[in-house]
Amino acid sequence: MESIVIVLAGVLVMIATYLFLSRNLIRIILGSSLLSHAAHLLLMAMGGLKKGRSPLIGEAAESYVDALPQALILTAIVINFAVTAIFLVLAYRTYQKSKTDNLDVLRGLKDE
Amino acid sequence: MNNLIVLPMVIPVFTGIILVFLRPYIKMQRWLSVLSMMLTGGLSVYLLQQIQAHGILSLAFGDWPAPYGIVFVADPFAMLLVLTTSFVTLVCLLYAFSTIGEAYEKMFFYPFILFLTAGVNGSFLTGDLFNLFVCFEVMLIASYILVMLGGRKVRLQESIKYIAINVLSSWIFLVGIAYLYGAMGTVNMADLADKVSQAGQSPILTTISILFLIVFALKSGLLLFFWLPGSYSVPPAAVAALFAALLTKVGVYAMFRTFSLIFFHEPSITHTLIGVMAAVSIMIGSIGAVAYQDIRQIAAFNIVIAIGFMMIGLAVSTPAALEGSIYYLIHDIIVKAMLYLIIGTMIMLTGKTRIKQMSGLIRNYPILGWLFFIVTLSLAGIPPFSGFIGKILIGQGTVESGAYLLLALAFLSSIFVLYSLLRIFMNCFWGETIMTIEDEKPLKKSFLLPSLMLAVATLVLGLGAETLAAYVTDASAILMNPDVYIDAVLPED
Repeated sequence: MESIVIVLAGVLVMIATYLFLSRNLIRIILGSSLLSHAAHLLLMAMGGLKKGRSPLIGEAAESYVDALPQALILTAIVINFAVTAIFLVLAYRTYQKSKTDNLDVLRGLKDE
Repeated sequence: MNNLIVLPMVIPVFTGIILVFLRPYIKMQRWLSVLSMMLTGGLSVYLLQQIQAHGILSLAFGDWPAPYGIVFVADPFAMLLVLTTSFVTLVCLLYAFSTIGEAYEKMFFYPFILFLTAGVNGSFLTGDLFNLFVCFEVMLIASYILVMLGGRKVRLQESIKYIAINVLSSWIFLVGIAYLYGAMGTVNMADLADKVSQAGQSPILTTISILFLIVFALKSGLLLFFWLPGSYSVPPAAVAALFAALLTKVGVYAMFRTFSLIFFHEPSITHTLIGVMAAVSIMIGSIGAVAYQDIRQIAAFNIVIAIGFMMIGLAVSTPAALEGSIYYLIHDIIVKAMLYLIIGTMIMLTGKTRIKQMSGLIRNYPILGWLFFIVTLSLAGIPPFSGFIGKILIGQGTVESGAYLLLALAFLSSIFVLYSLLRIFMNCFWGETIMTIEDEKPLKKSFLLPSLMLAVATLVLGLGAETLAAYVTDASAILMNPDVYIDAVLPED
């Protein structure tokens, strides 16, 4: 089961890389969000999938699920949510100012 | 009493939250933010004394013992940096009071500065790799907003690149943490260090450590600094100074922590790689610093040189070199802030950014000129100022370990730093005065006071190196000797 999750994470990274390399700002934001989801899946697979009961006192079981990866994923999802929100606002403001979402047009400082 | 070590992160967070509700009362916002920074600074001095007397302090949140819960660890290295951070943030706040303008102040400028400081302090104090990731993000999200605040076109464009590169590096960080958790089953730094030194650093762990090296190199601008000159040139001077002083240094700190505590068993791979990256970034930084005409770009490449210079200390990892790197880290936080504040003031006064477009400023603004001269001397490492002691100790370390190439590059880079800054000094401050008395914008005392405070700090740090020596020696002893750190964090079994 873990290997399927890992393959899924790999596919997500592949799609995200494709999106990240495009010129369209919205695609880059979607790519960054997908990339984080791949990392969350990886964290989950690394902790091992369901191997026992939930880690609560009173659940008399032989083995318990490792709760730490879930806590880590939850935190990472919240952070990803915040960053994506900021990124989207930035994209909207940039579109308002520059009337374009093409990164070729939005190149940075003019050098020497 | 150990509870106190969480305050350097909690005070700014709470003050920031309170300030969000005090939006219309700018005076109150200013006072509260200054007060919270003074409190944090005072507290870190007190904690430094405590650490000196009782050893490393650690705090396990919610009484979950170390490998299971989140811990905060205050060792001299972290505390020295917290103290410097509070001081530099205070100075940048003072500069912001007179320069930033009401529009920014009403748009939650001070809360975000405080959140940034909270993230920085948290990254210094945490003893848990995942928590380090979270503190990084707190700091970065605040910094995204500070870069794009104001909404000028070029600022928005630069923030896109800045956010994209940081999202990518945070992703690598998360992937590294996931692999490390899969391999070792823990994210607590002391526990990791303990397990790695017992089981040996297998090739898998070395590979994971290189993932972390890439992340921290991206964050600190070691070799992978292509994003740095752009995004550090667009924000207003007070923000740029804060970024230049603090953001890259957090990456440097993380690199020192992980590669001296956890992944130090294979120095022939990891530390050699760090050495090569340091050498290359010193070379590229030196070329960049003398090549550009824009003073903001010159300053940005000076950051790159300094990061490479500090990393030499880690690459050779002898007690003297680490001591030197710690001195240099503290010195660089103060002096880079000063450089950016002065450059920001110059751009504000003249409205120009190229060195060819300014001339003879020393006649109009003599104190500013002399302050710039002090920065130049201090960055180049001329004795009465603070850069000297760090450079000499790193030099001593490279000689001890026979890394003569790094030694040569380190000291050649000082000449490039001196030349690049003297070029600004001679072109902009010497020469014919092109500004007439009528054009001359008045230079308020409040523009100069912050840089003056930093100038005094670099002088005091240079002359009073002896006072600091006790703490710095302690800090480098702990970096050299991870068992002290591990014993302080993990409960005895």
